[in-house]
Amino acid sequence: MKILVFAEQRENKFKKPAFEAVKTARSIADQLNGEVIALVVGGDVQSIAPSLGGYGAQKVLIAEDPRLAHYASRAYARLVADAAEAHQATIVLIPATAMGKDLAPRVAVRLDAGLASDCTALNVEGGEIVATRPVYAGKALTQLKVNSASKVFTLRPNVFAAGESSGAVAPVERMSADLTEQDLSCVATEIKQSSARLDVSEADIIVTGGRGLKGPEHFAMIEQLAEALGAAVGASRAVVDAGWRPHDEQVGQTGKTVSPSLYVAVAVSGAIQHLAGMSSSKYIVAINKDKDAPIFQVANYGIVGDAFEIIPALTAEVKKMLGKN
Amino acid sequence: MKLAVCINHVPDTATKINIAADGKAIDRTGVTYIIGPYDEFALEECLRLKEKNGGDVTAISLGGDTHKETLRKALAMGADKAVLLKDDNARDSFAVARALADYLKEISPDVVFFGKQSVDYDDGAVGVMVAEMLGMPSVSVCVKLEIVNGKATAEREIEGGREVVEATLPAVFTAQKGLNEPRYPSLKGIMGAKSKPIEERPASVVAGKTELIKMEKPPAKAGGKIVGTDAGAVPELVRLLHEEAKVI
Ligand SMILES: Cc1cc2nc3c(=O)[nH]c(=O)nc-3n(C[C@H](O)[C@H](O)[C@H](O)COP(=O)(O)OP(=O)(O)OC[C@H]3O[C@@H](n4cnc5c(N)ncnc54)[C@H](O)[C@@H]3O)c2cc1C
Ligand SMILES: Nc1ncnc2c1ncn2[C@@H]1O[C@H](COP(=O)(O)O)[C@@H](O)[C@H]1O
Repeated sequence: MKILVFAEQRENKFKKPAFEAVKTARSIADQLNGEVIALVVGGDVQSIAPSLGGYGAQKVLIAEDPRLAHYASRAYARLVADAAEAHQATIVLIPATAMGKDLAPRVAVRLDAGLASDCTALNVEGGEIVATRPVYAGKALTQLKVNSASKVFTLRPNVFAAGESSGAVAPVERMSADLTEQDLSCVATEIKQSSARLDVSEADIIVTGGRGLKGPEHFAMIEQLAEALGAAVGASRAVVDAGWRPHDEQVGQTGKTVSPSLYVAVAVSGAIQHLAGMSSSKYIVAINKDKDAPIFQVANYGIVGDAFEIIPALTAEVKKMLGKN
Repeated sequence: MKLAVCINHVPDTATKINIAADGKAIDRTGVTYIIGPYDEFALEECLRLKEKNGGDVTAISLGGDTHKETLRKALAMGADKAVLLKDDNARDSFAVARALADYLKEISPDVVFFGKQSVDYDDGAVGVMVAEMLGMPSVSVCVKLEIVNGKATAEREIEGGREVVEATLPAVFTAQKGLNEPRYPSLKGIMGAKSKPIEERPASVVAGKTELIKMEKPPAKAGGKIVGTDAGAVPELVRLLHEEAKVI
């Protein structure tokens, strides 16, 4: 049994979810007596490929072409499917990132495989993988099996542990890209970076502000706390709809789904659509003046009080603890 | 320009979810259903493309008779034609995609729109699966789209920014919030929709590839702790985050 992992990179740097996927594949392979092969697609990835050995890949395939430097969905999908077929890998793991979520459905169709997307756990039971995935925006959890011969799973970022690299390096094998015109019929040409320092979907700590902050000018206070914590700034929809913050900061059902280690919700009521995007965070702190706000039902720690008084104090205290002052 | 949009009929996002007795689906009693919020952006974009380039918009939904309600809403918003691919059974995303692709192949549209995901099973897979089945380019999670002379330039949301993607038509797109502001159906639209027919035909039969073992409510969070009621609680909160949760 072989597992192929799509190890996403951008600008010749691996994304953390790539390590998480390799490590998860390693743990499944150990239970099923299997082998882990990783695939890296890009413009110039040879130098980074061997490092995947440190997370448990036994072999790393690379497909390089300058035209693959940016994401090209059809080319990437064909290469993943070709690699799986050539190496008889029946299980394919892909990070559920913006790229992975776009890639996986194409890979599944090419391999005639069932797809379990945005999984939050993969367990081996009786020699088979049982996937857990949230549905109805996290209001319910399902467990499912994929019954086709080939199986594709995408893994929600930040939920599976990557651990530290063991420092091992894996042998690298090149596969030819042989791009066709069809492969290149939809390609990314450019990336427009958002102004935010750190994106909520990649941050380990998030400080989110809600409508209770009364106006965009009061987000300075949220930014200062985020800065002290090394966190990204998030926003509720109410705040985004009011034009106080950009949409790419929105957390929730119609925003981003996040699972940071720490999520601090400030003056956010905790509407069900907001909880949908953040309830799988490891620790949740709520600061709200209404003790009955639904956010307290999912919070590990809460302060019932005025954000305008608490947040500056919290920023100062965090700085003190981290020795930043 | 021939435009097609696939729309799903899903529980209102504010609905409280209870699990049905068989432990494999939600209990549908008292649940209100709506057009998928992302599918509404998809439909709106098709209507705008039609207004700009001419052509017609076909709205397609796969499901039971209840889906007609959502198709009726699409007609009221301005779709020219509505098609119900009838199937009363639950399907996985692969099986949904296959049936939609079979129908779309017949009508061969220039542009096919989907929502970025259904708000029931949250797969976010059907649109791109259909693209692969039809051998078409695709851009998912679009927040901006321009089509000039059979060439599309789209922006899709990615971590930390947007990716600009170029694609040739015919192509598949999936809509993300931010793409547009969906219109409200006009009174005239609502009245007109009542008399427009909804074409019904059986969905092509295909087996799914995944098997749901069980559905359950997520475990309740073990009682959170209210640390205090003013700034005086801050040092204790920071201590807990550092020593107990070990997250800072
Ligand atoms: C289809 C659909 C999709 C949606 N998607 C999303 C989504 O993706 N993300 C999202 O966030 N929402 C989403 N919503 C909206 C959601 O229902 C809520 O309206 C929204 O989350 C409310 O934002 P809020 O908590 O900032 O504002 P409010 O609900 O107005 O809450 C403000 C909170 O601030 C508190 N407060 C006020 N002053 C202070 C103070 N001085 N100190 C401390 N606390 C204070 C109040 O007690 C209150 O709890 C969606 C809704 C729909 C219908
Ligand atoms: N039963 C259905 N009928 C029509 N379109 C659907 C159906 N299910 C899903 N879709 C479309 O596919 C998109 C993605 O769905 P999903 O992959 O289930 O998250 C939705 O936003 C719809 O546009």
